[in-house]
Amino acid sequence: MGARYFGAAVKRREDPRFLRGEGRFVDDVTLPGLLHAAFLRSPHAHARVAAIRTEAAAAMPGVVRIFTFSDLERWMKPLPLFGAPPPGLAAAIRFDLRQAPQYPLCRDRARHVGEIVAMVVADSRYRAEDAVERIEVDWEPLPPVVEVRAASEAGAPLLHPEWATNVAVAFTHAIGDTAAAFARAEVTLEETFTIQRYVGMPLEGRGVVAAWDRRDGSVTTWNSTQVSHFVQQGLATVLELPPHKIRVVAPDLGGGFGTKASGYAEDALIPIAARVLGRPVKWIEDRREHMVGAAHARDQVHAIALAARRDGTILAVRDRIWLDLGAYNVWGIVLPYNTVAHLIGPYRIRDLHVDVKAVVTSKTPNAPYRGAGRPEAVFAMDRAVDCLARRLGMDPADIRRRNYIRPDELPYDFGMPYRDGNPLVYDSGDFPAALEAALSAVDYDERRREQGRLRAEGVHRGIGISGYVEGTAIGPFEGATIKLDLSGRVSVATGAVNSGQGHETTFAQIAADALGVPLDWVTVVGGDTAAVPFGVGTFASRSAVTAGNSIADAASEVRSKLVRAAAALLEASPADIEIADGRAAVRGVPDSAVPLARVIQAAIPTFARPGVAAPDFEATAYHHVPTVTYASAVHVAHVEVDVGTGLVKLLRYVVAHDCGKVINPTIVEGQVHGGVAQGVGGALYEEMVYDESGQLLTGTLMDYLVPTAMELPPIETVHLEFPSPRNPLGVKGLGEGGAISPPAAIANAIDDALAPFGVCVTATPASPARLLALLDARQP
Amino acid sequence: MNRTVRLRVNGERHERLVEVRKTLADFLREDLALTGTHVGCEHGVCGACTVLLHGEPVRSCLLLAVQAEDTEITTIEGLADGEQLHPLQQAFWDHHGLQCGFCTPGILLTAKAFLEECPHPTDDEIREALSGNLCRCTGYHFIVEAIRAAAEGRR
Repeated sequence: MGARYFGAAVKRREDPRFLRGEGRFVDDVTLPGLLHAAFLRSPHAHARVAAIRTEAAAAMPGVVRIFTFSDLERWMKPLPLFGAPPPGLAAAIRFDLRQAPQYPLCRDRARHVGEIVAMVVADSRYRAEDAVERIEVDWEPLPPVVEVRAASEAGAPLLHPEWATNVAVAFTHAIGDTAAAFARAEVTLEETFTIQRYVGMPLEGRGVVAAWDRRDGSVTTWNSTQVSHFVQQGLATVLELPPHKIRVVAPDLGGGFGTKASGYAEDALIPIAARVLGRPVKWIEDRREHMVGAAHARDQVHAIALAARRDGTILAVRDRIWLDLGAYNVWGIVLPYNTVAHLIGPYRIRDLHVDVKAVVTSKTPNAPYRGAGRPEAVFAMDRAVDCLARRLGMDPADIRRRNYIRPDELPYDFGMPYRDGNPLVYDSGDFPAALEAALSAVDYDERRREQGRLRAEGVHRGIGISGYVEGTAIGPFEGATIKLDLSGRVSVATGAVNSGQGHETTFAQIAADALGVPLDWVTVVGGDTAAVPFGVGTFASRSAVTAGNSIADAASEVRSKLVRAAAALLEASPADIEIADGRAAVRGVPDSAVPLARVIQAAIPTFARPGVAAPDFEATAYHHVPTVTYASAVHVAHVEVDVGTGLVKLLRYVVAHDCGKVINPTIVEGQVHGGVAQGVGGALYEEMVYDESGQLLTGTLMDYLVPTAMELPPIETVHLEFPSPRNPLGVKGLGEGGAISPPAAIANAIDDALAPFGVCVTATPASPARLLALLDARQP
Repeated sequence: MNRTVRLRVNGERHERLVEVRKTLADFLREDLALTGTHVGCEHGVCGACTVLLHGEPVRSCLLLAVQAEDTEITTIEGLADGEQLHPLQQAFWDHHGLQCGFCTPGILLTAKAFLEECPHPTDDEIREALSGNLCRCTGYHFIVEAIRAAAEGRR
């Protein structure tokens, strides 16, 4: 396969339609006779539903039907649950795991503000919302469960009484002999770190349109989802239809970030309404609903301890982790075990002991969001390492130089499973090189010199470092189908959904090279279940690896078919056929070149003769990955803290990263920038705040602070390229990485800036109020 | 309650009977089928629904359609000159100034009005001008570069 497009900074092929306002997002889908849904959501954090009266609402103008649980009992199946431990993991660790069913409509008890109680379908969204306000519910409030550690204690009010506890996941994981390492340590350090609840917040909310076709008893649904095939599987259960009667189409997505990869009530409710009413129905989430109805994320407490020698060598890590899951344990062991599997990161540590409790509370359920348990692990670990460095009087760069795993130690086997159950073995990379590249980009030594000078002038600047190693591209596979038409033009269909990552460009680059056709001959379709039979979806930094390699596999199979057909047409041996730039030729005989269209057309039977070969220029591949591949990066933040106001200004932000072979460097940089921006939000601004009664206090974008262009600095990227040996293309996942390290890097930089005051940032976001409180506590 | 509203959108005259409570954003999207105007928050923060009213950027989610009576509105569909992309659109394409494309229409229209007012901006001025438009994908880095390039192209 030639590499004409792979690696090139090709301009994005999807851009013109977005630039012209001609994208097709879910709210742009419209159908004749379309009805509109709106939901009544619980105003209580925890309450019993004693009675619902819908008569007055049903009589409102334009209302077609109102549905409660009892009206739809026949269709009420529990929402999909994910995250049972795979065999290799279950064999190694004993998980105490509880998952309770959640119904699309509340049966008798609401467990968080925003849980859906009733659905109104009307002839316009305005009128549906009018009717929602007229539904009367008799609520019997129950005690809310808000603080995660209190929720995990015996005697706390119970959200799922049948469990007799709120602890949904509990396990202990250990490698080596941590107790012995602590016993021989010259220094130990213990600190508690809190990572707040913050979220993906795609600029487009969720949305679903569904139409029931009476002619063949099928459903088509457009859903702003990252996981069309999962939605299809869920609907097969709910609607009791075979999957081929359910077509799920992911249109253009206005961002996803994991928020749109979870299983949701509305995924089922809108198709159910369309099925029951025999009319197409649309629901578009508004921002207020999104705040309480779309998955939240992060929200962990770490009581972490390090054992070390006085020279800075880290010997062992002990951590106790509490994870606030919200009201339902939708994702099983995924988030807690992701955190555990990423705690050690780039450090050479052989002794680890972790106790984990993931706990339900009366808040919106958590789901994986860009990083998915990793930013929390990295925050706890890299903050602890900086605290240790300070204790030892070491430079934060030097303690990392001493402890980072060297490239000659790779592949590095931890002697524990990854989350997919396979051994956790780093495949490739160079973490010390990333560290030095990032430090050199920011001119670390000069920054240190200038720091002392500026402090004397009352200017407080700090440098913070954080590194991570990320298991990317979890399997087991992705599906891709490639078809050539009569003109030789190519359609590539995959289960991987594009939500802004540029799949229509990068996947076309891979396919065009593998087939030997011009880039603009290739059209990429993601997330249409009718176009590829089996798929998984886009999450976990997996699409370039899983879909990319499936596309390469399928394309090479189609290319072999083209070679055979061209050989028959040109009366040559297949070994002598070359395909390039959309033409087939006999090697060394340029005059023999024919357009692929001719090769394909010659293969099609006519009345005059059979084709010269079978006209089957199509292939489907399901590339199976052996396990994840490890991407890595070192981030360096340079900040200035105003000690009068507590305001943090980001001066520079540098990322030195390895995502294996780069398909498109411009797109890679864009992904890094976007990840960093979300990480900066988590470090400094964003937080879903609940009061003690379980009410969300940050229900608007005036309260939940997404960074603007004013808050972000230019982001500098250094590409290191260590191909993965675990897939033919040598690529690694990239989407999440940027978001993993900023909270740790920025908090470390703030500590560094405020070192003269002895401030230690133990919780994010590091807001002005929080920093002023820390400064006040430290000032004489 | 309904009322007739008359206005010009992208140079074309429209006269429609609308519910008085209907937002300008919903009117543009539903009544005129101009779905390039995106609704991101419906409370005036995110800027995705930005359109130009007499050349000034406004939040179409915070205006009612009937308030746009007798106005001249420009939406994203009116930015290009037929097949020819507007220089800002071209610069966003050249500089990877968009990812999911949902915030893009509002940002392009904001940038258009900004460059007319401030043709030679510094990066800080560009960032300040953008501060009423949220983008969740790009970190703004390439958006700033695209606007700077469009401004330089005008010189």
